[in-house]
Amino acid sequence: MRYLPLGPDDRAQMLGVVGAKSVDELFKDIPEKARIKGLLDLPPHQGELQVERALSAMAAKNRAAGAGPSFLGAGSYRHHIPSAVDHLIQRSEFLTSYTPYQPEVAQGTLQFLFEFQTQVAMLSGMEVANASMYEGGSSCAEAVLMAGRLTNRPRAILSGALHPHYRDTVRTFTQFSPIKPESGEPVIDGKEDLAAKLGPDVACVVVQTPDFFGNLHDYTQLGAACRAAGALLIVVVTEVVSLGALKSPGQMGADIFAGEGQSLGVGLNFGGPYVGLFATKKQYLRQMPGRLCGETTDADGRRAYVLTLSTREQHIRREKATSNICTNSGLCALAFGIHVSLLGEEGIRRLAKLNHAAAVQLADALAGLKGVKVRNKTFFNEFTVELPRSATEVVEKMVGQGVLAGVPVQRLYRDRPDLANLLLVAASETNTDADRAAFVAGLKKVLA
Amino acid sequence: MKPDTTSGNRGLDLEEPLLFELSRPGRTGVDLPEAAKVASHLGGLDREGSIGLAGVSEPEVIRHFVRISRNNYSIDANLYPLGSCTMKHNPRLNEKMARLPGFGDVHPLQPESTVQGALELIHTLGHWLKTLTGMPAVAMPPAAGAHGELCGMMAIRAAHEAKGDTKRTRVLIPESAHGTNPATAAQCGFTVDPIPGNDRGRVDLAAVRAKLGPDVAGIMLTNPNTLGLFENDVIQVAEAIHSVGGYFYADGANFNAIVGKARPGDMGVDAIHINLHKTFSTPHGGGGPGSGPVAFSKALAPYAPLPMILEDGGRFHLIEHRGDKGEPGEKSFGRMRTYNGQMGMFVRALSYMMSHGSDGLRQVAEDAVLSANYIMASCKDDLTSPYPGPCMHEALFDDRFLEGTGVTTLDFAKAMIDEGYHPMTVYFPLVVHGAMLTEPTETESKESVDRFIHVLRTLARRAKSGDAQFFKNAPRYSPRRRVDETAAARNPILRWTPPAPKAQAAE
Repeated sequence: MRYLPLGPDDRAQMLGVVGAKSVDELFKDIPEKARIKGLLDLPPHQGELQVERALSAMAAKNRAAGAGPSFLGAGSYRHHIPSAVDHLIQRSEFLTSYTPYQPEVAQGTLQFLFEFQTQVAMLSGMEVANASMYEGGSSCAEAVLMAGRLTNRPRAILSGALHPHYRDTVRTFTQFSPIKPESGEPVIDGKEDLAAKLGPDVACVVVQTPDFFGNLHDYTQLGAACRAAGALLIVVVTEVVSLGALKSPGQMGADIFAGEGQSLGVGLNFGGPYVGLFATKKQYLRQMPGRLCGETTDADGRRAYVLTLSTREQHIRREKATSNICTNSGLCALAFGIHVSLLGEEGIRRLAKLNHAAAVQLADALAGLKGVKVRNKTFFNEFTVELPRSATEVVEKMVGQGVLAGVPVQRLYRDRPDLANLLLVAASETNTDADRAAFVAGLKKVLA
Repeated sequence: MKPDTTSGNRGLDLEEPLLFELSRPGRTGVDLPEAAKVASHLGGLDREGSIGLAGVSEPEVIRHFVRISRNNYSIDANLYPLGSCTMKHNPRLNEKMARLPGFGDVHPLQPESTVQGALELIHTLGHWLKTLTGMPAVAMPPAAGAHGELCGMMAIRAAHEAKGDTKRTRVLIPESAHGTNPATAAQCGFTVDPIPGNDRGRVDLAAVRAKLGPDVAGIMLTNPNTLGLFENDVIQVAEAIHSVGGYFYADGANFNAIVGKARPGDMGVDAIHINLHKTFSTPHGGGGPGSGPVAFSKALAPYAPLPMILEDGGRFHLIEHRGDKGEPGEKSFGRMRTYNGQMGMFVRALSYMMSHGSDGLRQVAEDAVLSANYIMASCKDDLTSPYPGPCMHEALFDDRFLEGTGVTTLDFAKAMIDEGYHPMTVYFPLVVHGAMLTEPTETESKESVDRFIHVLRTLARRAKSGDAQFFKNAPRYSPRRRVDETAAARNPILRWTPPAPKAQAAE
């Protein structure tokens, strides 16, 4: 077996040193009835070629998003990833190292985490960011739990335009905790009065921009209302490229930013692994979940980095930890960091402009079709379209036209037949004029 | 040691500033076209002011990350004996497979008809996991081991509550457990009741029985445990917990020691998470991403999280919502993340499993356990172990052999760095004084393990010879010497900030 260096002679010699007659003697603590006799009913080992053939056949049954025009978003976005990203993250020193428990031999990981924290703080406009969470939804849920700890209040008000998976993850994470989320009706047009729901028992208000339906918001006033009421404002961003064009959560006065970083450096991957972003104000640092990397010096006085403030974490605090999170999303954070490094200030701004322009062009083209209505007044690179019939059916038929046309809103709102005709459509720098033309032509045909 | 060179470099080891310190106005590592002129739909919410990101060209970015990467220890470079973390070889075929566009470039919300292969892959991986654990169901969404623990414990709480049993507030957890266990139980609203170990390093069965009661929701037991020992009373523990209506959560962090040799399903386990990044070798990536599917018993399976995958006559369906009565997912405790799970990790893990097959996976456990026992036996004259063998996949040492030498476990660990080794896991488990948890894994050759043993023994003798200063000064040859963790925590600097503009010097 190619991954197992020991041979029969090695094993015999080693058993001799151990003083065991057979390897099974080493497993004698396992109760007899729990031991497997012989082999389990699974295929035997295979060479690279055979495994590659089998898995490639499975992969070939999927339509890769990039195999044709694709306009899906809803929290997961297809962007061009510079070639340098995947090359660098596959360096052995990054790929095959672990959590930097021994900082003297992990400065590579620690330095990129420090840079990642800086980049996330800058993009979100917040003071401090952590070294990543699993992904956006659980990052949002952790933000709500943190707000509960900070305020000791029982209510979390969720915007009706928060991504439904985020809403559901918050519900799951909080179901056995003192803080209870309340979410209203889906808000298609972006108009809801969240400030009216504030009260002395509200821990936080969770909002999203661009919201699930694509609308943009300035939450500055809501933030002020939250402060007046002693509640925290949590701002979620699921499309991090938008921060290259839009007022940041920090600029709106957010107390906690929770987001998804997949758009930069990390591919679609059928939903994971992604990279959760989490940032807050300095004053809330000690209640923050997740790992933090800090700057310090070594015994020779040279600048060095180290995991810090770990007294918040489970391996020290156990049941009193701020979160049970242990492993985060290191390699995806690295991919994010490299992509952001390549873009730089100018690149992220230009990328954001390209995305917005691509979406405006698409929205204009679709709005010209009979019976098709763009519902948004504002949007970044994603908007909601109202079709004359079921979006689910239209999307299925569009597959026949070679186009992945978007995400039917009802896929995430199963019990809302009134939303059946709504389609979420996203555009990015990867879409060409030909892609847009194919979408419009295909839709015309399908709706005819 | 700090080099005396002009540059601060030491031969191939190049000092590298922070990315932000390389920045020059106008530089970029991408060429993007000018955006088409369109009427803005941003509603006047345009971002004002500078974001502050660095401007760096592609060659500078490549050099930056290559240079800093060289400051990392990695399994590709040498044996990485970090106990409980399972640093084994990461086959590159798995990387190649995960990057096939049919897996890597698929959107999670594409129509079901366009992702049949992706669903098939997850379903197939689930089949392997069910077969290897001997459990009837598996939940794929958890993003890591701790997330898997949350999944398992939420299912346990949901199962109790479904029976109207809301009085179960207590979870039994051995003192030797990973910190994630008590943290998870607390996150599910339980109180943690610690179980002491016995003098053999196993959970004390009598203590478990003494703590049973109608308010016990379940037990969380790592097996093999964090001392690298198999809990040989596991079946009695399961029977005891079941006798009071509780459930048995097994922390599967150490499943790699028994894969193909024994099945948790035959030990009375109700839920067990499997760290795909440990047992099934998906790369650790400097701390994630992981993946922690949870295998469930029949009793807990209905409460598994969403989404679930169903096969129906060769077609695969994604169940994304709680079903109505009688439908799949009816009793699910809900969703614990966005989308479908760690697909990239699933592909790698299945590629690893198919490569090993049922025969190879059993060999994995046998070789991992043999290597650990070989280290323990080979070091017995020079290091001390708190418990006699045989051990499972980890050899645990304590610091009795350092008594009176002035050398601590930490000093010993730092001296290993100078010898070219990443230290083992130190000071964990907490119940063993100065613990050194050593896990060689099955992917080391005998020669590699022999070299490692030689270093351990030689260092132990050196410590006993009275050369404490040698250890206090270590490490000397690493990219950085001992770092000041206290200063880092006292005055947290968690991001780069631009230097304050210098006062105008008189010209």
